[in-house]
Amino acid sequence: MARLRLVRGNTACAYGALSAGCRFYAGYPITPSSEVAEEMARLLPRVGGVFVQMEDEIASLAACIGASLGGLRSMTATSGPGFTLMQEHLGYAALAEIPCVVVDVMRLGPSTGFPTAPAQGDVLQARWGSHGDYPMVVLAPAGVQEVFELTAAAFEVADRLRTPVVVLYDEVVGHMMEPATLPDLSELVASGTWRRPSPPVQGTYLPYAYSEGTPPPLVSFGEGTRYHITGLIHDESGFPTQDPGKVGEMLRRLNEKVPEVPADQLHPEGVATEDAEVVVVAYGITARAARAAVRQARELGVRAGLFRPRVLWPSPATALRELSGRVGMFVVAEMNFGQWAREVERLVGRWAEVVTVNQVDGTPLSPRTILERVLEVSSPVPSTAAGRRIS
Amino acid sequence: MIPDVRGYLRENRMPHILCPGCGHGIVLGALLRAVHALGIPQDRLAVVAGIGCSSRLAGYVDACTLHTTHGRALAFAAGLKLARPELVVIVLTGDGDGLSIGGNHLIHAARRNVDLTCILFNNAVYGMTGGQVAPTTQPGWVASTAPYGHPEPAFDGCALVQGAGGTFVARSMAYDPRGLQAILTEALEHRGFSYVEVLTDCPVYFGRYNRLGEGPELLWSQKARFGEVGQMLRDKRFVTPDGTAPAGRVEGLRFGILHRAERPEFTHVCWSQVRRGGDP
Repeated sequence: MARLRLVRGNTACAYGALSAGCRFYAGYPITPSSEVAEEMARLLPRVGGVFVQMEDEIASLAACIGASLGGLRSMTATSGPGFTLMQEHLGYAALAEIPCVVVDVMRLGPSTGFPTAPAQGDVLQARWGSHGDYPMVVLAPAGVQEVFELTAAAFEVADRLRTPVVVLYDEVVGHMMEPATLPDLSELVASGTWRRPSPPVQGTYLPYAYSEGTPPPLVSFGEGTRYHITGLIHDESGFPTQDPGKVGEMLRRLNEKVPEVPADQLHPEGVATEDAEVVVVAYGITARAARAAVRQARELGVRAGLFRPRVLWPSPATALRELSGRVGMFVVAEMNFGQWAREVERLVGRWAEVVTVNQVDGTPLSPRTILERVLEVSSPVPSTAAGRRIS
Repeated sequence: MIPDVRGYLRENRMPHILCPGCGHGIVLGALLRAVHALGIPQDRLAVVAGIGCSSRLAGYVDACTLHTTHGRALAFAAGLKLARPELVVIVLTGDGDGLSIGGNHLIHAARRNVDLTCILFNNAVYGMTGGQVAPTTQPGWVASTAPYGHPEPAFDGCALVQGAGGTFVARSMAYDPRGLQAILTEALEHRGFSYVEVLTDCPVYFGRYNRLGEGPELLWSQKARFGEVGQMLRDKRFVTPDGTAPAGRVEGLRFGILHRAERPEFTHVCWSQVRRGGDP
């Protein structure tokens, strides 16, 4: 039976992975993500899966990709410095189209930075950290229950689209404790060792022969189908090609395969946006502060709303543009110097004003700081409300 | 009679990318004959490779083949082997791939004793990028990034892997495909991390820069330097009469099966823990 428990985000992450059938974890310890590895080391052998601590983050993601090809759902977790090292194999998994899940629990950077402090500075690295053009799916849970749900969803998306999926949250979400409904270990044991179904192949398997915009299901190694995978640009057969027509076509398909909303439960959340004149855009722990700020602004008579993406990449362009038809002011709140704000500006800047509220000092943005920014940029409030103190 | 192992090749991928005179094809031939002699079904065979000339050989083998990133093949292979312990996983790597950028993965694969057969092609040069020095280039030898002679000493890959805990360590050469095949057969049969370093040749860069001639001259020079050891390998004399393992030492490099040990194999230990449900 699933039951309500008081756990950290990092624990919920491990449970989310296991409930989705993840049975392979390879990782390297790093603050503030290490609890994910520790939970997986403890739980995986009990539910029929394998844990291995690798020699570094590069090897960790490599092992995950290898295990995924072997048919196991695979995950690794890390933080900024390790995430930087993983960019090599995020690019490989994206091009070779091998599903895997990478959790990045963000700490303050750059470099070794401030390892125990929260930040949201990996948002652009998560999208563009590897070289070349490639698709990337980045999910951004804002609480412990949602870490569980989105980590589980990440596996489904990764398998269906045959692509790496990043679950991106900050140190506060990773370490804070909240009640969350998690499955019991017995349920996970009962589900057994998940193996990717490998449908029988008629004739030659063409691992990159797309149909209707998506690649064919991946057939695991060892299932009696022999084929080739490479990090070189390849044609439908998986072998390298230098034919410009095939190269261009392959990369176009690759870069168009991820839909804006990769799964039903991944739509952005809107709070009080129907009549809003100012909308705060925030994700992760910042969205929790923004929610409080919006409520307080409403109490002060300001028609404020919240737009909270669950998917940072691909960015929710349709939803944001739709909103910009009725909202003239966006306040993007982030624990960085405006990384996702650039995307909001790109998407709605022609129709609405986009301002930011940033804090990069190792502490989370408070509701008060966000509220002050909202009041600063909103039209004057009625006098009855204006006299009230900001709580 | 040399068996026909073309069934293990993807002949439709020919012609291959290797240069005329390159020794890598000899090594692949010896490997496929060893695989054939052991009767390993193609569907149970996985070949994982890194980046470089030797790593491109994976694409020519009719098996499940994975061409990965520079130096990281062993890490991919470890994950694959853990997920599919029933697969025979062979790793093809070069001296730059395995001993320079991938050195960390090599020593840790050896320490864990993952049941992989790692074949390292040592031609003392970076061929694919145009003849730069490798960690196996001996001091004084010329390369495109060492035009006045290489100022650094070279790695002894076998000593490194043995020190790191590899349980089967051998060195052979492209000049002697029969001895090489005998060693590779032993390596494939070994349960644990096997490392076979094979001296091959790169006439296009290494041979030309060092005025050592074309492919045949380079191979003949192997014979001149290592002939006696090669004969021992062909005779399968892996152990000398006094019972010591090293078959010989030529110009500072030891040849033959240099080290063999029995230690618990990593994937077996991991899945044993799983079967016990995590109980210690």
